[in-house]
Amino acid sequence: MKKRLNRQRMEEWFFKGIMLLSFLSITGVLGSILFTVVVRGAPALNLAMLTQSPKGGYYLGKEGGILNAILGSLFLAGGATLLALLVALPIVFYLHLYVRKTRWANMVRLALDVLWGIPSIVYGAFGFIIMLMLGMRASLLGGIIALTLLELPIMARSMDEIFQLIPFELKESAFALGTTRFEVALSVMVRQVLPALLTAVLLAFGRGIGDAASVLFTAGYTDRLPDGLLRPAASLPLAVFFQLGTPFPEVQQRGYAAALVLTILVLAISLVSRWLASRFSRHIIK
Amino acid sequence: MGMQPSPKKTVTLSNAALRRRVFKDQFAGKSFFILTSLPLLIVLLILITLALRTWPIFAKQSVLELLVGQIWKPFKGQFGYYPFILGTLWVTVLAMLLAVPPCMFTAIYLSEYAGSAMRTFFKPLLDLLAGIPSVVYGVWGLVVVVPWVQKTAAPFSKQWLSFMPFLRTENTTGYGILAGSIVLAVMVTPVIISIVFEVLHAVPFGLREASLAMGATRWQTVKSAVLPRAFPGILAAVVLGFSRAFGETMAVLMVVGNVAQIPKSVFDPAYPLTALIANNYGEMLSIPLYDAALMGAALILLIVILIFNILATLGLRRVYKGMHNL
Repeated sequence: MKKRLNRQRMEEWFFKGIMLLSFLSITGVLGSILFTVVVRGAPALNLAMLTQSPKGGYYLGKEGGILNAILGSLFLAGGATLLALLVALPIVFYLHLYVRKTRWANMVRLALDVLWGIPSIVYGAFGFIIMLMLGMRASLLGGIIALTLLELPIMARSMDEIFQLIPFELKESAFALGTTRFEVALSVMVRQVLPALLTAVLLAFGRGIGDAASVLFTAGYTDRLPDGLLRPAASLPLAVFFQLGTPFPEVQQRGYAAALVLTILVLAISLVSRWLASRFSRHIIK
Repeated sequence: MGMQPSPKKTVTLSNAALRRRVFKDQFAGKSFFILTSLPLLIVLLILITLALRTWPIFAKQSVLELLVGQIWKPFKGQFGYYPFILGTLWVTVLAMLLAVPPCMFTAIYLSEYAGSAMRTFFKPLLDLLAGIPSVVYGVWGLVVVVPWVQKTAAPFSKQWLSFMPFLRTENTTGYGILAGSIVLAVMVTPVIISIVFEVLHAVPFGLREASLAMGATRWQTVKSAVLPRAFPGILAAVVLGFSRAFGETMAVLMVVGNVAQIPKSVFDPAYPLTALIANNYGEMLSIPLYDAALMGAALILLIVILIFNILATLGLRRVYKGMHNL
């Protein structure tokens, strides 16, 4: 009996040890990623990098910066987030207020989940084919459309989850006052979950700004600042990728710096969305 | 609308206003409905467009010939996907082998052992990990993982483990399957942990209480009461992680070596399907059938991922439903 108890205790400790080890290693890897990006990126980061676009000979190590990529990324992800919001919000309204057949709702959710899983390189390839058919060149607009496809499921599904948290009684009491579904959507539901909606929007924006494979074919790359919907646009992830691909150490340094800028942007977005959620959730009726 | 002086006028106006409100409501409903069909349409549209673009090459070669063909020479019109499919499989499977055990233990720890303080600390950490762009993972792979494989793992394996068939190494660069799968393993970690955690959390609490009341230790409870119940959900999490890794492009592309060959060891370089598409899109329009072949690679990726995702998503739904009914 005592032997058995001992064995049980050993087993317990053994697995607890493994669990802690796994936990620590995952935390450690995250730390290592952030540490690497900061240590490699910080030395090459300066004001010129953030405020200038590449000048002649930039890719041989001469003057210039990555403002083209920073602005390009903001435009690409910003445009895509706006478009995705225009589609995602009505979809979620429909699923929560209008839908009569739950089978259709389940179908829509499944389609969104499937879209979420489609790799961004496939979105890139698809966007590229469509652009070929329309006779478009790689452009800001093409990149925005490809990124919209990528962001739509992320945004719609997170909003869907958020809307699920709204108490049913709230909707019921609004309906009892003679409000239409559309009015409930705009003036009750949105107001109720606005901060959480912002979190979903920022989440999608963060995903969009970090994605490289979908804009690789569709937005192209340019050294100019973004100057029109039908002109190519640079993006930060591709700036990292291309600069690391050159054989010159100075340019690679700048690739690391661009990675640091991208990481800071993404982390800042994530922090802001977290802060928004915690700040505004006080006003929500639970 | 505002205040109206005479009651009669109010009635007529509110009728008009009511009609307008109802019209708005119904118009919104109709247009929202059209938008809800968009996700499904997009999935179908992507599938059909890729299939149509791939058609020219299917018309020339049989599907089997393409899938097991070992030679990739676009200039000669030879397109065999076999090395690329194997490259993708090697990298993805190894990544899953590396990722699943620690993810499982971490999720079990978070769900069964950790206090709420630990959980509130770890959740944002996972979100951070999930939010880091894949290019940044690629940078980490280049700076940390590739040198580690080159200077530590490969020499160690050469000295001690070369009797094992999958661990022989001639490649001295560090770029290869092992580096790619380590990066991928880290990338799928947040996906797997958060799903497994949710599934474990959905296991009814009474089950644990019953087991503990019988005198079982915590680990015994996990092992014989919680895990069997959660198994289908865990399987779904692994499948979703697999399909995520299967389609990852940039990070893998940066560290995997990109040599079109059939890998024989985890230290060999490989050339996954995603990297094939990303690396060659520029020149594909100048060579006949090349674009069809590349779109074919995208089609293979898409079909595999569609199947996996649909199965896993439907599976997860049934799992949650089953837990509620218990």
